[in-house]
Amino acid sequence: MCADHIERLPTGITGFDHIANGGLPKGRTTLVSGTAGSAKTVFAAQFLAAGIKRGEPGVFVTFEETPEALRRNMLGFGWDIARWEAEGKWAFVDVSPQPEEEIVELGTYDLGALLARIEHAVRSIGAVRLSLDSLGAIFTRLNDTRVVRNELLRIVSTLRRLGVTAVLTAERTQEYGEIARYGVEEFVSDDVVILRNLLEDEKRRRTVEILKFRGTSHQKGSFPFTVIPGEGIHVIPLSAIELKQRSSNVRTTSGNAELDRMCGGGFFRDSIVLVSGATGTGKTLMATTFMAAGVRQKERSLLFAFEESRDQLFRNAIGWGIDFEQMERDGLLRVVCNYPEVTSLEDQLIFMKAEIERFRPQRVAVDSLSALERVSTVKGFREFVIGLTSFIKHQEMAGLYTSTTPTLLGGSSITEAHISTITDSIILLRYVELFGEMRRGLTVLKMRGSSHDKDIREFTIDSRGMHIGRPFRNISGILSGQFTHIAPSEIERLSAMFRDEEGTETAETN
Amino acid sequence: MSKIVLHLYIAGQTPRAERAINTLRQMLEHDLAGYECELTIIDVLADPQQAEDQKILATPTLIKSSPPPYRRIIGDLSSVADLLNVLNLPPKTGSSMINKE
Repeated sequence: MCADHIERLPTGITGFDHIANGGLPKGRTTLVSGTAGSAKTVFAAQFLAAGIKRGEPGVFVTFEETPEALRRNMLGFGWDIARWEAEGKWAFVDVSPQPEEEIVELGTYDLGALLARIEHAVRSIGAVRLSLDSLGAIFTRLNDTRVVRNELLRIVSTLRRLGVTAVLTAERTQEYGEIARYGVEEFVSDDVVILRNLLEDEKRRRTVEILKFRGTSHQKGSFPFTVIPGEGIHVIPLSAIELKQRSSNVRTTSGNAELDRMCGGGFFRDSIVLVSGATGTGKTLMATTFMAAGVRQKERSLLFAFEESRDQLFRNAIGWGIDFEQMERDGLLRVVCNYPEVTSLEDQLIFMKAEIERFRPQRVAVDSLSALERVSTVKGFREFVIGLTSFIKHQEMAGLYTSTTPTLLGGSSITEAHISTITDSIILLRYVELFGEMRRGLTVLKMRGSSHDKDIREFTIDSRGMHIGRPFRNISGILSGQFTHIAPSEIERLSAMFRDEEGTETAETN
Repeated sequence: MSKIVLHLYIAGQTPRAERAINTLRQMLEHDLAGYECELTIIDVLADPQQAEDQKILATPTLIKSSPPPYRRIIGDLSSVADLLNVLNLPPKTGSSMINKE
């Protein structure tokens, strides 16, 4: 992956090492810059916490929060700093502002004491890592910025001499603009990471970008991340994971024999099927039968429901003769109902991944993606779908997503526009107006790697589920919603015409 | 009045440290000759734990822990006059009153 000779130190921050092509340049100092609230302190603390889990002690130089506050605040991420201090794995160099203590400057000074303390702390616990949070706070405490600048340069070169890999955090005043305040990038400019906390369409979105690693490679561009309790920063490295999966030719049933036939023998085992349709066309039914079919052949099945409550879902299933409750008791089914508005899409993705990893299903259904789309930006949504899809495919599971079209007749949703290229198969469910009556139609639009039935078939729903019937023959324009009825005699006439010209039949009987 | 207690933190025998020590000597020997004074000089290179305990950031740092008010001064203490002013020394006649409180 990285063909250069610069050694890396894996940070242990989930996903970050992926975009950093292995980790931070070892033995060097990386500047981590961000605006207020961009999770700089969490990054700095996590860098040490992850190191300790790998047996690498760390020193935390704090200029802002007191060690007491840090011990308390970081406990929520599962980092027991006090214990690590007692075990000699973590040491603080406390330079946080002391209340009711005024420092008077009289003459010139240097930061020799700070340097001595840092060196002492590093040597006494044999530190491999060091975090300093944050540079800007030193500048606000001392008047002589020229001195501070020179002294920081001295600190950075001391860190290099000590061989520690360090993270220095710095403030930015805006998300796009100069790297950091006080021009600190002038002396710690080899490796720069930027954390952003953007407001896009009224939604908060955190991203991390590696601006540069001098003389070595890293992934370009910004990547979404989230800060979650019990873990800390979790980077979602999209480009790195995008669609590198193997594909199999093993078929698995959709739960509907006729639909399997239309798909050329069933869904592929590690493929994603998108079911698109207006409200009430039977999407949840398809997801439900897909789950039940899995359970019937002893496959573990996981359903994420974002539109309906658990009760409602179970009642519907009973209505179609499927007993979800019993299936859950048997341990083959898990239904996770979740209200999409409660969390960001980044957190939702991590939550879903965790559920999948815990339950280890062979098939997964998401009903519906459109519900999730409501809570995100277009970019965020696309990243979510890619992230989820590649994760599901990596696990060699069959997946089914549903998506709701905004109009009753025809049309396609924004959801589809963004994800249709990612999914392997697309099934459309459409209302068809036929002589003043609403009927339902189904077609397999795409089936990657297989032939499939191209007809638009009529289907009905009753207490036993979905029944796929004959193709619509005397109507066109179903997909666009602009119906044109054609008299049967006209169809026959047209067929006869082609038969005459080509000597073959066109109007197949089905 | 109570004893004047001063601690000076330096990082090795630098020109700045020398200047600070000279200024302090001068102050103690001339301006505060009539007072009971205690000056301790700590080299943080030799004793970094002391610097950690006292949370010393810059060097030289001079700490006056007695008499009140507590003072923390950083720098090479350029002139005796400025230093006395900042340290609030010699204690004014009224300062013995403050001590009793």
